[in-house]
Formats: sequence, structure tokens, C-alpha cells
Amino acid sequence: MYEHDVIVVGAGGAGLRAAIAAQEAGADVAMVTKLHPVRSHTGAAEGGINAALREADSWQDHAYDTMKGSDYLGDAPAIETLCKDSPYEVIQLEHWGMAFSREEDGRVSQRPFGGLSFPRTTYAGAETGHHLLHTLYEQVVKRGIEVYDEWHVLDLAVSDEERPEDRTCHGVVAYDVATGEISGFKARDGVILATGGPGQAFDHTTNAVSCTGDGQAMAYRAGVPLEDMEFIQFHPTTLPSTGVLISEGVRGEGGILYNAEGERFMFEHGYANNDGELASRDVVSRAELTEVNEGRGIEDEYVHLDMRHLGEERILDRLENILHLAEDFEGTDGIKEPMPVKPGQHYAMGGIETDENGETCITGLYAAGECACASVHGANRLGGNALPELIVLGKRAGYHAAGKEMEPAKIETGQRGEYETATIDSPVELGEGGTPGDAVADGGAVAAGGSADPDTLLEQAVAAERRRIEELLDKDEGIHHSEVRSKVQKTMTQNVNVFREQEGLKQALRDLRDARDEYQNVKVMDPSQTFNTDLLQTIETQNLLDLAEAITVGALARKEFRGAHWRAEAQERKDDEWLKHTMLSWNDGSPELWFRPVILEGENKTYEPKVRSY
Amino acid sequence: MSTHPPQQEQEPEESPTEQPPESVEETSPGKQKRETDKADRRIREAQREADEAAADDGPTRHIKVFRYDPEVESKQEPRFDDFHVPFEKGMTVLDALIYARDNYDPSLTFRHSCRQAICGSDAFFVNGDQCLGCKTQISELSEPVRIEPLPHQDVVKDLVVDMEHFYDEMKAVDPYFDPDETPAGDLEEQRQSRQNREKVKMSTRCIWCGACFSSCNIAAGDNQYLGPAALNKAYRFAMDEREGSERKQQRLETIEQEHGVWRCQTQFSCTNVCPKDIPLTEHIQELKREAVKNNLKFW
Repeated sequence: MYEHDVIVVGAGGAGLRAAIAAQEAGADVAMVTKLHPVRSHTGAAEGGINAALREADSWQDHAYDTMKGSDYLGDAPAIETLCKDSPYEVIQLEHWGMAFSREEDGRVSQRPFGGLSFPRTTYAGAETGHHLLHTLYEQVVKRGIEVYDEWHVLDLAVSDEERPEDRTCHGVVAYDVATGEISGFKARDGVILATGGPGQAFDHTTNAVSCTGDGQAMAYRAGVPLEDMEFIQFHPTTLPSTGVLISEGVRGEGGILYNAEGERFMFEHGYANNDGELASRDVVSRAELTEVNEGRGIEDEYVHLDMRHLGEERILDRLENILHLAEDFEGTDGIKEPMPVKPGQHYAMGGIETDENGETCITGLYAAGECACASVHGANRLGGNALPELIVLGKRAGYHAAGKEMEPAKIETGQRGEYETATIDSPVELGEGGTPGDAVADGGAVAAGGSADPDTLLEQAVAAERRRIEELLDKDEGIHHSEVRSKVQKTMTQNVNVFREQEGLKQALRDLRDARDEYQNVKVMDPSQTFNTDLLQTIETQNLLDLAEAITVGALARKEFRGAHWRAEAQERKDDEWLKHTMLSWNDGSPELWFRPVILEGENKTYEPKVRSY
Repeated sequence: MSTHPPQQEQEPEESPTEQPPESVEETSPGKQKRETDKADRRIREAQREADEAAADDGPTRHIKVFRYDPEVESKQEPRFDDFHVPFEKGMTVLDALIYARDNYDPSLTFRHSCRQAICGSDAFFVNGDQCLGCKTQISELSEPVRIEPLPHQDVVKDLVVDMEHFYDEMKAVDPYFDPDETPAGDLEEQRQSRQNREKVKMSTRCIWCGACFSSCNIAAGDNQYLGPAALNKAYRFAMDEREGSERKQQRLETIEQEHGVWRCQTQFSCTNVCPKDIPLTEHIQELKREAVKNNLKFW
């Protein structure tokens, strides 16, 4: 068994920043990550980092834009924390050497982005995430922080008191990809999940193959509620054949969207009369699909994003990476021709419920970055607000886990304070199904043993994971997990996409039930202990099943149109009824739905919901 | 599109090339239970069926993939397996591997993640060149497309190589920004000229894929040679005007050591294979010039 004060799971932007902070606060910290840190998907972020750095700007304006962008479903204490801390964190990155794009006077450049009232998106070409990731990893190397890379975390070691709010997390169980060794990692002070989003639940996604929401699924099964999972961002400009992202920076710099008839539809069809292409992402994605659905798409599938008029020099200076992506993955020369684009799954606004210090309702368990929901983004994330979340909330989680004194959080977690319970209108049984106590079905969550001491708990968790893996490897007959995974991706992309309607959502739940049942028969074909990616992907597919179901349950429950969530049956925002977060608890395998009110009261003002137009 | 004789595309009987194990004498009991060869046989049957189906349906691409697993009996002896993958426009080497894995042989093992040439996981040796699988169009390669792990690194399994040595070399150049001082104010940035940012820009694009290191003859012969990626990393900081002169001096001493820049024989193999188009050889040459200038100072 390995032992440290703080264990960080995942080594993208949030995980690296958390590890640095925890070490600064005096903790012995280790990172456990299924990929080497520089392979993390933070590296694919392109556009930039929103931060109110300039005198004409203010964190209050950034907060207002973010709240409006969230369609009034973000929690004010989380949003204000993000906007206040972001300038300091961006300058911290600059002090660590990050290669930001520069102005003539040598200061870091900023550009306009969708939904922003000031050009506050700080960037490094169109590869901001790459630079952020490498800069943070460099600091981890400098500090000698221990990294267990290519160690795949299988489960958390959490005590099993009846109420999740009474439970404690003592560590994780991980699998050494190179050797097949399964070991416990004891965390004396805390475990921080920084495992990214569940994009692989969809088949047209900008997300990496590794984005399987592992941390979300593990926290969910351990008792932490998932919050606002129905809010999935579909990015308006992804390449049709691969889902590769074309940065919002293209539109920020002046790129224009055209339909098949050569119309600048964002204006000409009235989708966003003021901001046009730079309206919020949900607005632009719906506009594109509406154009395609009404027959004005190109090849009935996509629209054109044109940046030719910006000129070669400006494109090479600020968007060079986009030229490479369009060329390599779509065979298009962005200097000479418009680029084909269509909406693709990009980001999960929801996730593991945390407060603004990254803490969950389980003692000693934290989450930060895309896997978490503080909630900063509410119903729709603004471009340029994901990277600041990584560094601001990552740092705070690191500090808190390491025991640094911090202002107590204003956001409550778990079933405490004000909340209401609800029932789920599902056509099929949800949750684990199968045989109770079956290690494959419940992801090994039966490990815990009451309030046993941490070492015993961890040993039990390790034993449960050994059983699960042996069972997966030893089965004689069975189907391959990729069949189950593609079934999940197919139904999610068909039924839980940009436009959602009740019957489609119910169909998705039926399909997911079938997929879950089929998963009972999965067999890992590769018998090896060495680098068994077949085994690990089979385990990831289980995580996707739980998360796809959570996304769909949320989407079915929320009968209104807010932010990224559009419902055919209710095409307007209903503030009287729905200014509340959708919460889903695992409840030992039978998911329970409940709601918690949104916090619109900020430090000095209350954000009044207004009509959201761009 | 295709540059190869069509008959090559349809030889299902050929795949997989040779076949092994009459005796299955597994040592550990766990492995015995797993009935390796049974699984192997099933996989082969699945492939043959799929091949035949594919041959009927449309064009396929023939890939030959290096296989090795130190603990699975049938794979202990390195070999090549043949797969015939249905071709689609835009298909990359990585797409072909994923297809072969998900449809023919789930034990086919390779690192990959982002699919967009930024995570640097999937550098392979394809038809004799280092490249990123996700960024290489299969239609541009002659058949059969031979896919091997990166040369000059230990093979862990199939296309997975041990990257530790590469990472160690990266760490040997103090790969982190280290200025003499940073501005006192928490919100005060260091100024950097556009020209200087431009100068280091290409060097900051490195994705640590290891293609350059694998292509370098010198690195192959001298296990302690820092190699192009690490030297490029040193360049990235040594040329950054925000670092102080003393630190630059230390950096130049690091890269000037016995296994540093002077080993480079400007063969340009690293520059030729770099998927991010970093002018690695030029950067190494410039470090050599800086080192010389710097030494002259003390004469």
C-alpha cells in the first residue's frame, strides 16, 4: 500500500494545480493518473482563459457575463470566486513562464469571446490548453511532486455510513497499467478528483478517448450527488468527420458562419441580432442545427466557418493551429476556403457536487475541473471559462485538502439545508440492476465496511477490485465492451443531443437499460497483465453507463428550456419552477432525484434573472 | 486514391501470418484459467469472417502490426499480424488500429487519447518513419502498411514502448521556467516582447511524443545523449528573455556537457519526423552557437 497526505486523481490542469497548491500548503502529495500528465485532455483546449486583468474590466462584469451565460443556473458564490481569483491565477501562470500571446508593449494579449462584455480571454495562440498543461507540469517536476503515471484508479475507499454526508474517504484503489498490480493508495488528509468529463458517452465529441468520466462515476457510486448532469455543451464549431474542435477564437477574431445559401444566418435569420457569431455557444449550436434541419445546411450536415477575410498574416499569428487541424483532419485549407463545421459534444457543465472550496459532502473527498460542479457554469458554460475553473478551483481544493485555513464555503453540499425530493418518471428500472453484491454490476462499491479503520477499509476496497477484475478476465464467454459502448454513444447522440423530446429521452433510458444488462455479460478478451487496455476500457464503459443514465434522467426531469438544455415540450425558461439544480444520488444502486435551489445572492448584489438575448 | 495492386487487399487466408501454440503451458494458475489460445482462436475466426465480409463490401486497407506480449505465450515471440480494415475517406493509421482492435482483436494494444495530435501518445513507426498515428492518412501509405513500435525504445507490449528513458532526458535539462525574480505585485506580469515570444514559439509546441528521439541515430548509439526533444526544451528556456543571465549560463553548461549539443551531427532526422514541425536541428545549432559565444566571453 502507498500512503500520502493528499492524493490527486488525474493530472490535467485542475489536478496539477491542486497538487502544486497542496504541496505549497505543506502536504505530502501524490498524483495518481491513468495517463502521463502531458497526455491529459486539458492540452486540447484552444481558445483561452477569461480573466479581468485590465483597468476597463472588472471581476464584477466577468461574474455578470458568467451568470447570464449560465442562464441563471450558476451559484453566485462559485461564480464570484472564479471571477475574483482568475486574474491572480492567470498572472501566476505568466510568472511560471507560460507562453502567452503578447501585445506590442509586452503584456499578455486578450481577445473577444462569445458572451463576454469585454475582450478578456487571455490566450496563447490557439493552443492555450497545451501551454497551460505543460507550464503546470513543469512546476510539478520542479517541485518533485510524486506522480504515479499510468496508474488507473478503479475505485474510492469510502466508509459506508447510511447517509453519504457522514462518510469519509480514505484513499483510492489503483491498477498499474504496466504490470497489472492492484494497490491501495491511502490518503491521510484527502482525495481530490480531477478526472475530466464524460464526453465519450457521445459519439461525435471533441473529447479524448480517455474522457470517460471515471471520477464522476466513482464519486456517484460512493454517495456524492451528481449535479445538473443534463447540461451538456455542444460546441458549434467541430469538424464534421472527426469531431475535432475549431476554436471559438476563430469567431472571436472575426470568423463568419454561412449556410448553404451563403447567408450569414446568425444575423439574417435573427438568431442573435446583436452578437451574431459571438452569441453564447448553445445559441449558435441550435442556430446551426436549425439551418440544417430546415434544408439550408451543406450536404444536409454542416455549415461553413469562413476566416479567409482575416488575412494570412493575422491567421498565422493568432490561429495557426486551426490551419493545421483543418488541414490534417478535414483536408481543408482555411486560408483559401471556408471550413465545414457542425455542433459536437464538448463539455459537461454538471458533475460531482462541490462547494467553492472543491469539497464534496463526503469528508476528505474533493473534486475540481470539468468533473466537478461548484456550480460555475450553470446551464451553459461561456467559452474561456473552463481553464480558469481548472486553476482557480483546483488550487482551492488543493489548499483545503492540505488543511490550509480558508474562508468557509457558502455553498452547502449533500442533503443538508434547503432541498426537495422528487420521483423519476422512467420507463425502466434505473441503476445497477443485476444481482445485488455482484462485483461487476456495482463497480466494486460494496467494498466498504461501516466505520472500520482506514487501513481495513482500503484493504477491503482492494480486495473488491481484485475480485471484479478477476471476474472480468475469467469469464469464458461474453460480448466485447465496445458493443456496449457504441450502443451508449449511439442512443445518446440520437436522443440526448441539442434538441431533446420526451419520447426520445425515454427511448434512451430503455436503450441504456439494455446496454446495462448486456454489460453483465462483457468479457475481457485480452488475458494479459501487461498493459491490458481491453480490461481498462471495459471498466471505463461501466462508468459511461452510469453517467449516460444520469445525463438522461436529468434531461427527462427538467421540463423547461434553459441554456444548453432544450425540450420540445417546454420551449421556454420557467424561473418560477426551475431555478434549481438537478441532483441525482446513487442511493446504493437505485438512483434518487432531488433538487436544490440556485444561489443568486452574490457578495454585494443579487443577480435577477433576465431574458437572455445576444 | 489507392496506389497498390488490388489483389493485395484480399488475402484473408494470410491473416494472421504464422500461427502458434500447440502446447499451452502457462505457468501461473490465473493465466491457465484464461485459456489464452482459445481466445486467440476466437479472435482469428472473427477476423477471418470480418475480412471476408469486408472484401465483399468495398475497399479495405491491409495493415501489418507488430505484436509482442512478454507474458502471453502465443505472443512472446515477436511477430506481425495482418488485418484488412474497411477503408473510409479520411481514415488515419490510428483509425485503422482502433477498427482492428474493436472488431478483430481486442488485445491489440497501443497508446492513444486525443485523436488530434496534441496528447502525443500515439507515435509509431509506420512504413519506416516515425509519425503520429492520428495525424497520418492511411491513403497516403503504400500497402501493406507496416506499423511498429518506436525503434530504440524497449517494447512493453505490441505498439507500446517504455517512455521512461525519454522522460528522464526531458527532466535532465531542468524543464521549467526559472527567472531570477518575478514582479512584486500579484497582478503584475513580466513583459515579453513579441519578437521574443515568436523566437521561442515553435519550441513550446513540443508534445513529448518521442518521435524525434526515436529517429535519432546518435540517441540510439549513446544512451546518455539528451536527444532533440530535451535540447529543444532547454532552448525554449535559454532563449526566453524573462529568465536571467545566470540561469541561461547554467542552461548552456547543461547542454554543453559530454552528452549534449555537440553530439548532434545535424542529420535532420528529428526535424523531418516532428509532427509539430519544430525546427529541432536549427534549435540545436543555435544552442551550439550560443555556447561558443558564451565561452568566448571568458577567454
